[in-house]
Amino acid sequence: MNDIVIATHGLSKSYSGKPALRSLDLATPRGSICGFLGRNGAGKTTTLKLLLGMLRPSAGEIRLFGERVNSEASSVAARSRLAFVSEDKELYPFMTVGQTIRFTRAFFPTWRRDLEEKYLDLFRLPREKAVPKLSKGMRTQLMLLLAMARGAELLLMDEPTSGLDPAMTEEILQALADLAVSDGTTVFFASHQLAEVEQICDRVCLIDEGQTVIDGVLDDLKSQYRRILLVFDGEPPRELAGFPGIDHVRRRGRTASLLAHVDVDAVVDRARGLGPRSVEVLPVTLRELFLDHVRGE
Amino acid sequence: MDLRINFSSGVPIYLQLMEQIKHAVDTGAIREGEQLPTIRKIAEDLAMNPNTAARAYRELEREGVIEVRHGSGAYVAEPKTSSGKAAAIRRAGEVLRHAIGKGAALGLSESELRRVFENELSRLSDDATAAGRRT
Repeated sequence: MNDIVIATHGLSKSYSGKPALRSLDLATPRGSICGFLGRNGAGKTTTLKLLLGMLRPSAGEIRLFGERVNSEASSVAARSRLAFVSEDKELYPFMTVGQTIRFTRAFFPTWRRDLEEKYLDLFRLPREKAVPKLSKGMRTQLMLLLAMARGAELLLMDEPTSGLDPAMTEEILQALADLAVSDGTTVFFASHQLAEVEQICDRVCLIDEGQTVIDGVLDDLKSQYRRILLVFDGEPPRELAGFPGIDHVRRRGRTASLLAHVDVDAVVDRARGLGPRSVEVLPVTLRELFLDHVRGE
Repeated sequence: MDLRINFSSGVPIYLQLMEQIKHAVDTGAIREGEQLPTIRKIAEDLAMNPNTAARAYRELEREGVIEVRHGSGAYVAEPKTSSGKAAAIRRAGEVLRHAIGKGAALGLSESELRRVFENELSRLSDDATAAGRRT
């Protein structure tokens, strides 16, 4: 029994010599909802494709449900336990909701009729409605239903709520919360919507330029990281940049803004030693963490 | 009990949840022996992560604010020494009112005062966690 559902170690992928992922390390525990963040081109889609077995890694290893995925057979075995909800929500346009469900059900012997009913009801999806007539939100809900009713233990999602209105987004997030409570389903989803990641995720993984920058429990990150704002009489001293324990420094005029997460008190003490006019220590939002880590100085 | 979480603030969500439940207990909005919403209900109502809600309940139980009875849910625990709490809150209110008055007399605006207050508060909690780490 392994409780890390997604584990990658040194995962790398190059496209004709150009690195897209360089040594990505991930660890997503069972039952968690992990927001997968990064700028466009950071390697999120490549990572999802590698996890889905649609690409082969150039180097490194992937373990899903504790089993190493390195062959056709192991990849098929892992994929039978996970489901993917894509951004474009591809569904057959010539079917109705009911036909889509029946068609999909035929492939999965472990299909759960109770979950099918539950989500049809919860999402108020009409069986007789033709797929092209569904709104974008309803298509997302239908994809979620298909993923859940087949009994997937792991749900990989790519921008599941992009283009949805706030009410529909809330319904999707509620369904994810419900899944996590009822079935202990693990959810790993790529998103640019920081607000919804903060709302529904207990973990976040941030990658930049193909590498893991942050992977941890969101509330722990909020407890650890602090912004230290310093105002000096003149230009902030150069030695700030060399402080141990500082993740990031930004100077603007007479102010310097430090981001730190290890031994914040020691950093504050050292900063006070440089004789600033004022020192403020503030909590850090996910948005700030994201921007500070992906922009560099 | 009306729970409002600011998800995009820098304050950990489980701490916000703990504070609000403690406040509800202190003000009598929920009383000793009364049942708290289940983790499932909180997670679904607020569309938040159940692991985070569970963490808040675990911490509240550790602090003796609530009591988790397996299979039947969480209840407000018998207060240890919180009879003086309401009085303490009133007293703190007076002290702060005085301090705010002094700050305003220095010519600071409401938002400037709030900034000073939050900063002092965060320094206090940082010191507390630092002290916790040292012991």
